[in-house]
Amino acid sequence: MPIGLNDIIAILPEIIVSLSACVLLIVDLFIPKGKKFFIGGIAILTVMVAAFVSFYIAGAGLTGMTVFSGMFAADGFGFFFKGIFFVIAILVILLSLSYVDTEGIENGEYYIFILFSLAGMMVMASGVDLLSIYLGLELMSLPVYILTGYAKLNKRSNEAAMKYVVLGAFSSGILLFGISLIYGITGTTELTGIATALSAGGAEHGALIIAVVMLVAGFGFKIAGVPFHMWSPDVYEGAPTPITAFMSVGPKAAAFAVILRVFLDGLAPAYDTWYLILSIVAVGSMVVGNIVAIAQTNLKRMLAYSSIGHAGYALLGVIAGGEEGVASVMYYMLVYAFMNLGIFAVMLYMRTTKRSGELISDYTGLAKKNAPLAFVMLLFLFSLAGIPPTAGFIGKFYVFMALIHAGHIYLAVIGILLSAVAAYYYIRIIMLMYMKEPEGEFEFVRSRPILYVLTLTAVVVIILGIFPGDLLSLAQSAAVFL
Amino acid sequence: MIPVTWFIVLSVVLFMIGVAGVLLRRNLIIMLMSVELMLNAVNINFAAFAYYLQDLRGQVFVVFTITLAAAEVAVALGILIALVKNRSVTNADELDSLKG
Amino acid sequence: MIEQIFFIIFAALAIISALGVISLRNPVHAALSLIVCFFQIACLFVLLRSPFLAVVQVFIYVGAVMVLFLFVVMILDIKKVSLGVLVTRRSKYIYFFLVGLAIELIVVLTGGFQKLILDTPGEEVKIEVIGRVLFTEFLFPFELVSILLLVAMVGAIIMIKDAEKEGAK
Repeated sequence: MPIGLNDIIAILPEIIVSLSACVLLIVDLFIPKGKKFFIGGIAILTVMVAAFVSFYIAGAGLTGMTVFSGMFAADGFGFFFKGIFFVIAILVILLSLSYVDTEGIENGEYYIFILFSLAGMMVMASGVDLLSIYLGLELMSLPVYILTGYAKLNKRSNEAAMKYVVLGAFSSGILLFGISLIYGITGTTELTGIATALSAGGAEHGALIIAVVMLVAGFGFKIAGVPFHMWSPDVYEGAPTPITAFMSVGPKAAAFAVILRVFLDGLAPAYDTWYLILSIVAVGSMVVGNIVAIAQTNLKRMLAYSSIGHAGYALLGVIAGGEEGVASVMYYMLVYAFMNLGIFAVMLYMRTTKRSGELISDYTGLAKKNAPLAFVMLLFLFSLAGIPPTAGFIGKFYVFMALIHAGHIYLAVIGILLSAVAAYYYIRIIMLMYMKEPEGEFEFVRSRPILYVLTLTAVVVIILGIFPGDLLSLAQSAAVFL
Repeated sequence: MIPVTWFIVLSVVLFMIGVAGVLLRRNLIIMLMSVELMLNAVNINFAAFAYYLQDLRGQVFVVFTITLAAAEVAVALGILIALVKNRSVTNADELDSLKG
Repeated sequence: MIEQIFFIIFAALAIISALGVISLRNPVHAALSLIVCFFQIACLFVLLRSPFLAVVQVFIYVGAVMVLFLFVVMILDIKKVSLGVLVTRRSKYIYFFLVGLAIELIVVLTGGFQKLILDTPGEEVKIEVIGRVLFTEFLFPFELVSILLLVAMVGAIIMIKDAEKEGAK
């Protein structure tokens, strides 16, 4: 089968990102130390060009095709997620610019790996064959393993990277075993082929349940769902903070894109088999994430547990299924990216030689010293807790609506109850910031890129909270698989 | 003719040995080798299914899995070397600056 | 019949050497044991009429991956470096759990795949065929893997590069 122009156009954004990363690897050699932010700038430019091209392809009606012999789909669903990834990549690079300097890990490859990881996530969002999905997943993960260990002189960073890579390889082994069983059952790895084979009687196959459990375990690792979450608090704590920010939103959103496609497209005929397994993971994540988070004193660890909890909520949307459920997960991931990156931006803004900004006690009395910063922090915490009028509330609201419309009232009730528990530990930080007297000196990084990120995320969190309509209808129109 | 179930039994046994190695051993090198065992079990599965379904996809999948295993090992060993270089002592049970 | 006997020999050796990997104290011995296991699996690929996979298995796993392992073990003399956090208390239950899980998997999977049988022995898969599909049907994953290998290479170099020299600026 010859490769036509259509195939090339469909993967043009991926080509731009990965080609630019390859070229930057060479350009990096000619950039002197101390000027590496230049690479970061070009990386941002690349992402913008890729975003523009994607927008053009999506707008020009060139979507809706499966190219490369059913390996890759250029559809609205994929482009929506790619939009989220572009935003994440740009914001994370902006957050990194001053951090890598203070930590002494300034290096051109840092930004290049973010680009490679972005390329992997884009392939995941568009992959319609378990083979391309798996390869995309690895392309996304390998750079993140390395970035986690990027602070080579920092023991915690080394250990976090080691733990992440061993457990990551372990989980991808389990995922592959699941894929091999699916292949044995259906005779293909293409999602549409799998769906056809399953509805033609494959759904009664005895081995299917094991295959599904293994797929859930493999993808569950990437979204840090319970019981595959053990790595996340340690890795989040040890990794350089901008990378923690990246991990908590990027790979998670990409894994959700894959979960939506695999379970609601390929494995849709086996809904009865996987629905219970995913429900257990979702409820477990919400319970463990929200309850263990209460006891944390380190903000990064607390956010790790909170992110486990949020994965649980988003899984509820997958369980709800249907166009509404898919759209609610897509919207949730978008909102989550903004609010979580916002809170990491606050953390990085606090990061100076005096304070790490990583301990919750660092924020005591922040409101008296820097009222605007305390206010945006309050905004993000409200959004994470799901309190109106922030975007987090709308995200959760649509997930629960989809769940109730699909008839899973019990799950919705559990989710709402645990949201109330979650509110406790977010509001505890707000109390610390506003009710207590400040201790010691406060210093701030005063880096302009971080300020841009703070402003942008704060504005978006409010706007998406008050006018969710446009983006939600965009998500709904994109929530149809090929 | 060998029944396909024989291959599956072998693959499950090797896979579980690999899982046991990752969960029970504390030596990082051996943990990584156990992961390789798991991936090999997967390869047996793919090759067996490809043969019994008379389909090429499984064969190609094995080629890709082997390549990826090599890439993953390279990265993991790189991180391991960075870890060992950074620590004067390499005794067991010392990776505890991150509390689990 | 003769194939079945060979299968049993290879499988038994593979399982014994795999057990060696996870039970031997010395990482060098474990690595050698793993090489034995890989050779058995290559033989099994021959039984499955896929000589190409057998060759790739030996070339890449034994020739590249295991040499890398042995190299790292020898050069750094890291016999004891450990993570020590996965299973903190090694209780007997975990053995029972793993064995139980293995039995369950075997029972369910053999039950499920019993009907998958081949009436006549299948054809040998020619290298040409694999080469052709790699550049047509599987072109996209093929290109993806090339990027992935580049990432792995650059990543490994970055991690190993001397951190002190860099930090000095």
